[in-house]
Order: sequence, then C-alpha cells, then structure tokens
Amino acid sequence: MNVTRRQFVKGGVAAFTVTFAAPEFLSDLARAQGAHTRNFVVLYLGGGNDALSMLVPYNDPFYYSRRPTLAVPAGQVLQIGRDSSNVPLGLHPRLTGLRTIFDAGRLALIQRTGYENQSRSHFFGTDIWSTADPNNSQEFGWLGRYLDALPQPVNPLVGWNTTSALPHVLSGQTAVPAIASPSGYSFASPNSGAEATAERNAALRIASHVPVDRPELAFVYGSAQEALATLDRVATVATYAPTLTYPNTGLGQALRAVAGAMVRGIGTRVFYVTTGGFDTHAGQQVNATNGAYYNLMATLNDALLAFYNDLRAQGLFEDTLVLSFSEFGRRISENGSQGTDHGAASVMIAMGGRVNGGIYGTAPNLRIDPSNPTLENASGDVHWETDFRSVYAQVIDAWLGANSAQLLNGNFRKPGLTFV
Amino acid sequence: MAITADRQIEHLLRRAGFGARPDELDTYGAMSIPQAVDALVNYERVTTDVDTLIGRPGYVNVTTRGQFSPQTTIVDSRQRWLFRMVHTDRPLQEKMALFWHNHFATGYNKIAGALGATEGARYMAAKATEDPGHVRGQIEMLRENALGNFRDILLNIAKDTAMLVWLDGRNNTRALPQENFGREIMELFTVGVGNYTEPDVYAAARVFTGWNLQQLGNAADGSRHFEFFYNANQHETSAKTFSFAIYPDGSRTIPARSAADGMQDGIDFINGLAAHPNTARYLAAKLYRFFVNEFGAVNVTFVNRIANVYLQNHYDMRAVMREVLLSPELWDDGAYFARYSWPVEFGIRALKDIGWTGFSVNDMLTPLANMGMVLFEPPDVAGWRFGGQWFSTSAMLARLNFAAQLAANQRFNVATAVRTANAAGSPEALLAYLSTALASAPLSTAVRGELDAYLRATGAWTGSDTQIQSKAAGLVHLVAGSPEYQFQ
Repeated sequence: MNVTRRQFVKGGVAAFTVTFAAPEFLSDLARAQGAHTRNFVVLYLGGGNDALSMLVPYNDPFYYSRRPTLAVPAGQVLQIGRDSSNVPLGLHPRLTGLRTIFDAGRLALIQRTGYENQSRSHFFGTDIWSTADPNNSQEFGWLGRYLDALPQPVNPLVGWNTTSALPHVLSGQTAVPAIASPSGYSFASPNSGAEATAERNAALRIASHVPVDRPELAFVYGSAQEALATLDRVATVATYAPTLTYPNTGLGQALRAVAGAMVRGIGTRVFYVTTGGFDTHAGQQVNATNGAYYNLMATLNDALLAFYNDLRAQGLFEDTLVLSFSEFGRRISENGSQGTDHGAASVMIAMGGRVNGGIYGTAPNLRIDPSNPTLENASGDVHWETDFRSVYAQVIDAWLGANSAQLLNGNFRKPGLTFV
Repeated sequence: MAITADRQIEHLLRRAGFGARPDELDTYGAMSIPQAVDALVNYERVTTDVDTLIGRPGYVNVTTRGQFSPQTTIVDSRQRWLFRMVHTDRPLQEKMALFWHNHFATGYNKIAGALGATEGARYMAAKATEDPGHVRGQIEMLRENALGNFRDILLNIAKDTAMLVWLDGRNNTRALPQENFGREIMELFTVGVGNYTEPDVYAAARVFTGWNLQQLGNAADGSRHFEFFYNANQHETSAKTFSFAIYPDGSRTIPARSAADGMQDGIDFINGLAAHPNTARYLAAKLYRFFVNEFGAVNVTFVNRIANVYLQNHYDMRAVMREVLLSPELWDDGAYFARYSWPVEFGIRALKDIGWTGFSVNDMLTPLANMGMVLFEPPDVAGWRFGGQWFSTSAMLARLNFAAQLAANQRFNVATAVRTANAAGSPEALLAYLSTALASAPLSTAVRGELDAYLRATGAWTGSDTQIQSKAAGLVHLVAGSPEYQFQ
C-alpha cells in the first residue's frame, strides 16, 4: 500500500484508470486532487422524441394496427428483455451501440416519463422540462439553479454549453459559457503584436467595469468578461486529439469537445449538448435506411457510442453521467403524412459508468379504451407513469450531491428509481 | 462615418430601421419626429428599387459565385437581404420584413431537404419578376405586405409554399388531419399559448384539410413550381367547434360545408383569429419587445392601446406601426438603448457607422452564424427569442471578432475620415470623434478611461498615418465590440 501511494504522488493519480472496482480511497484521492470530478452531461433531443420508435413494445398488436407504415417490425428490433410488467421491449434497429452499452449494464431506459396535463407545445414544453416546474415555465433552469447553489465563487467554466445560445435548462445567475467549437473560441484583432496585446488587455479591463445599477448592460458585461477569462483554458481543450474518430455530426463534435474538456480537467461539471430534428410530423421513415427517424437514431447512437468508447479509453466513464430529455413524446397513431404529431409521455435514457442499467417503469398498453390507464387524451397519447422530476431528483441526490427537495421545490424522490 | 447630434432621429432609425447611414441622418435629420414617422410608414413614396443598386460602386459588395442568384441560392438570398438592410431608403419595410420573418419563422433547411436546395431558396426568397414560374418567395410576400393587413398576411402565409412544407400543411388530409400548422397558427402566429385547447388543435387541423400543394408549369422553361391549391377531395367537411368565437356574432362553430365550398372553413377561421382580442394583445406585446423596450415587464398600457388600434383599424399594420412609433413609451428616456441588438441589427449598424466601401456582406454570414443568427434559418417555428440569450460568451466573442474584422477591413477608410475630421491630433480628439461616430449607449467614465489608456499604451502620440491606421482600427474594434454598443 505505501509503495503504491508513493507512486500515486509521483506519477499523478490521473495516470491511473480509476475503475468501479477500485478501492474507494483511490477515487477519493483522485477527486481530492481534482483529477476526477463527477461530470454531468444533459442531452436535449429537440422536437419531441417518438418514444415508441426508440423503445418498441413489439408484442403489442395495437402498436402495429395504429402505426401501419411506421411500426418497426418485431423481427427487426434489438431485443433487450422485458420490463417489470413483463412487456418485451426492443431498441430501434439502428441503436446497436446503445445496445452494447445496455448489455454492459451502463444504459438505463426510463419509460413513460412526463407530468400531468403535459404541454404539447414545443416551447412551453421545453420550458417546463427546463425549469422542472409545470406551473412556472419562466424561472431559472434546474441546472442553472444547481450551479447557483454551488459554493461561490464558482469556476467560470463550471458549466459548458455546446450551442451558441443559452438553453433554458442552464439559465441562472451563474453565467455559463457557450462554446460551440473550442477552436473557434478566440480573440481577433485588426492589429498584431504589441497593438493586438494592448487591445486584448483593454477589452479585459473594460469588461471589468460592470455597471452595478443596470442589470441588462451588466449581463452583457458579464458575458464579455467570462469570454475573455476563459479563452486560454478553452484553447487547451481545442488541442485534445482523441484516439478514435467521432462522427461528423453536431452531436458527435459536441461530445468530442465535452470529452476534451473532461480530459483537460478544466473544472467543468455540467455540459449541455443537443441534437434536433425529432419533430417528425411527416415522412418519419422509421425503418428505411437513411429515412428521417432512422437517421436521428444513427446520429444519436454513433455519437454516444464514440463518447462511451473515448471516455472508457480515458478512464473517465466512471465519472460521467449522460441524461436525455425531450419536450414530449408523440401521438400513438400515425397521421396521414406517415408522421406523428405532438404527444405526451416519452422515454429518457441515462448512460454512465455508475448507471445501474436496465429498463425502468412500464410500457404503455396501446389499446384504445377509455379505461386503459396507461393512455390519455382519448387513448391518443401515452400517459405518464414516472414524474420527470423524480428522474431529476435521483440525478441531483445521487450524482450531483445536492438536495433535490430544495432544488425542485418539493420531494419528488421515487423509490426504486435507482438508475444511478 | 458621420457625426450627428440628433439623438431622437438616431433612436428612431435604430428601431424602425438598422441604424443610420450618413445620408439617412441628413434626410431624416431635416424632419420633425412626426414627419419622420410619416415618411417611414408611407415608404411607398420612395420609388427606388434597392435591388437595382446591387453591384454598383459605392455600395457594400456582394460576393458572386458565378451568377449572383438570390432566387435560387440561399447564400445569395441572404446577401441580397443584408444589402437591402444597408442601402434601402425604406428602412421600416426591411425592419418589418425581419419582424414578420421572425413571427412566421420558417427555416430554409427543411424546405431544401424536401424539395432541393435551389427550390428551397426559391420558395423562401424569389421575386415573382425574376422567377420563370412567377414564384413569390415567402420573404417577398412578407416585404410586399410589410405594413399590410394582418388578416391578409395570415391568409397569405397559410397558402405560402414554404409554410405548407415547413409546417406540413401540404400533407394535411381528410382521413388523417395534420396538426402542425393548426397548432402553430394559434400558439405562435395569433392568440398565443394558453388561449386554445387540445380540441381546438384537432379542429384547426381539420379546418385546413385539403390546403395542399400542386405542381404547375413545365420543366423545359423552368416554370414548373409548386403552389397552393385547395384539394376538395381531401377536405373534411363536418362542422368544427372551437373554444373561442370564430364569427362576429360569437358563434364558435364553423358549419359543415360541402367539400367544394370547404376552403371557406380556413378563411372563416383566419378571420376569427385575426379578430380575436388575444391576437391583438399578442401582437402588441411582441411589437413592444421588438420596437420599444425589452427591459422589464411588457407595458400593459401600451399593449391595451395598440391592441385597440389594431382592432379599430381592422388589422391594418400601417395604422398600428404609426401608433407604435409615435408612442410615448418609445420616446421615454428609459427606452433609449433598452433593446439588445440582434446580430443582423448589430452588424448592419456597424457597417453604417464604420463604413462599407470594399466590404462584402458575404463576409458577415459566418460571423452572424457565430453570433447565433442565420437569416432564413430561425432556430425553430417560434423564431429568435427576445432578451439576453443573444449574449452567450461565444456569441459575445463573435461580436468582438466581427468588430475586429470590420475594423481591419475599413482601416484606411476610417483613417481618412479621422484626418478629414481633424481628429488625429491627440488621443482625446480621436476618442471624442470615434466614440461619437459609433453612437453606442453612453460609455462610462471608467470605460472611456480604458480607451484613452489603450490609445496611449504602445508609445508616444505622433499622429502619424501608421499610428492612426492601427489605433483608430483598434479603437473601432473596442467600441463596436463594447457591451454598450450591443444595445439599440
């Protein structure tokens, strides 16, 4: 033990891969040295993900009768077993990578997540999933509130948003930098040499004169200040060269940057990534190779698989949790345009080195019947079973180390929902 | 570069336009505010077609890749619109076009994905006069109706080819009604969220069944194109009942009609939405945010007054905008610079303030995207959001970097302007001149001190050409990239 300890100090803890089976002191020490922190990546599937095409109840005859052109044939799903109500389920056939992660026990699927009277509006719905409050779509985002509650002052890179605009879920008093591309995050000047340096110094000093009495102007000052303060550390992320190739999609490249930030250890705890196109009203093409939904699954699968493999290679998977959300699921019956309209409950996925993989919650029964409790809206939509705030509560309590009852303004903890 | 002391005219042109060129300051500076508002809303009096100026010397450049073809190439469509924003003498028309583009936010990519890239540009931006099939793209429809009647705009948008693709109306059929357009016309285009029910969404979808597309013309001469047609065979003919009044008598039910007459359903519904008091209020609130003030709560007095003007004038936007631009809320001291500039507003104003000779609007496209704004590609059907969300760190860097790019590009023009104005003699003179020319929100003493320190940072003041070319460019960068300059 003492030999090992000397080696740690000499070689640096980060040189070791901290595995789940490693003695507890080892990962504690690593964290104490700042080499390992718990990373949380929130993944927004924009447009309303069609849960029934992602996680298919392939034995339900109503799935096939209500989706004559969109249903995934039972023989093509990637079977992953049965849920607690004994319904057999399969992943979309393009999600081969996610099945690998599922088989490794590091992917959780949480069925029928939503809330009562779910909004079918993209914008209102996204606001609600962001604030975690169906009655207040305008307050700060739940992750913004989490960052605000951290001991101050926080590292200006504590959050990292990979899109150019601030997502509502990260809104708060803590400014979160938007870094779509680490290599493009730089300071230009019309001059060079000493003149350019003088300009950058002037810009830095100007940004420090935050006007306290004008909140809107102060906000823009804060943004400029934070941009200039983070340039150099972000530049180190731009140099990260993973040993594998990430797909050349927005999501793939965003996750590549996230992995780089983790590897460089710049102190970020919360990352936001997104991929869109899930608003499949028409021509959803679930099954056709390169069809619309098929491609959505390809984008999701390939990016997450690359991220999974990269983080494992870097010894960071243990310290990472990814959680997806989308503003709503889609209607059960397909419409006349081979698509699906806005619906209600959907599925969330969680991936990470300490995820307790498996299927959580129960599948809907798609039979049209007013007494069918798994459906709502005249059996048009899937009814929620797990409040989405219960999922957030588990992440907050078990992963982020904060108090969910405080952050969510209520106790939404749900027994058995121990996916992490 | 130009100097003006007319604070009110500059405020008006930042809001009703995209800032002021020197000649605009001269033109409007000679008018009283009511006269200027009158000129802005009656823009048809200006007969020059701004498009005829494209490519002429003295104007901002466009970059051509072979033939300049804004009716078939979206990059050129974007360049044409940016050119118009700089050089139009009808600034309110282009500003309203942006307002409507944001209101009926339609994205090129989906159109292009469905119909092909050239067709996508065509249905977004072609002018009827330049298209072999006389296609009038969506932005042209909105420009032509910039201060038209809101009911007519709604009817036009419901029949607009790009919209019928964007919100899937082209697939709305009797057997399986398509809800996308039916929902968004209520949620985003008229009454707003919370003022309709889920059954209203189903009913609205049924109202627009059969509002589809047909293909006309022939491929040989390029006139083949899609356009709206009412497909009676696909119309669902039963009655549709809403939770709100559709007709002036308060009736909430659109009666059952024969398929042949069924197009009237959609017209009745649009009439009902245009007349709905919540539409009036929804539009008034959005106009307040866009034209008047983004800080604090929406002014209820303003909303009530403008909503009444809208209803009393039967949805005539010219009457509405005249009231908006003359409203005491706009002329309140607190409204000056009380709006975050959108990326195109920032970029175009910077061109007008700093100079454009030798600059191509093509070189703004990537910076604008980095600031979070691609014309004809709003983030979604709700459009770009109001508020501080434009100012993420990377977007702020993109603004600073665009200011640097433009300052480098205009280095010699700026230096010449400085010489002409006799502003090269001292750091104080240069700072006084450039901070006035760039008309930002007032700079604090501390910030002016930093700018002054910058001018003195790298050596003694000589006023040489070399020094002015670097210091003036650096100062333009710092002022146009300052937080104060990001407001209008």
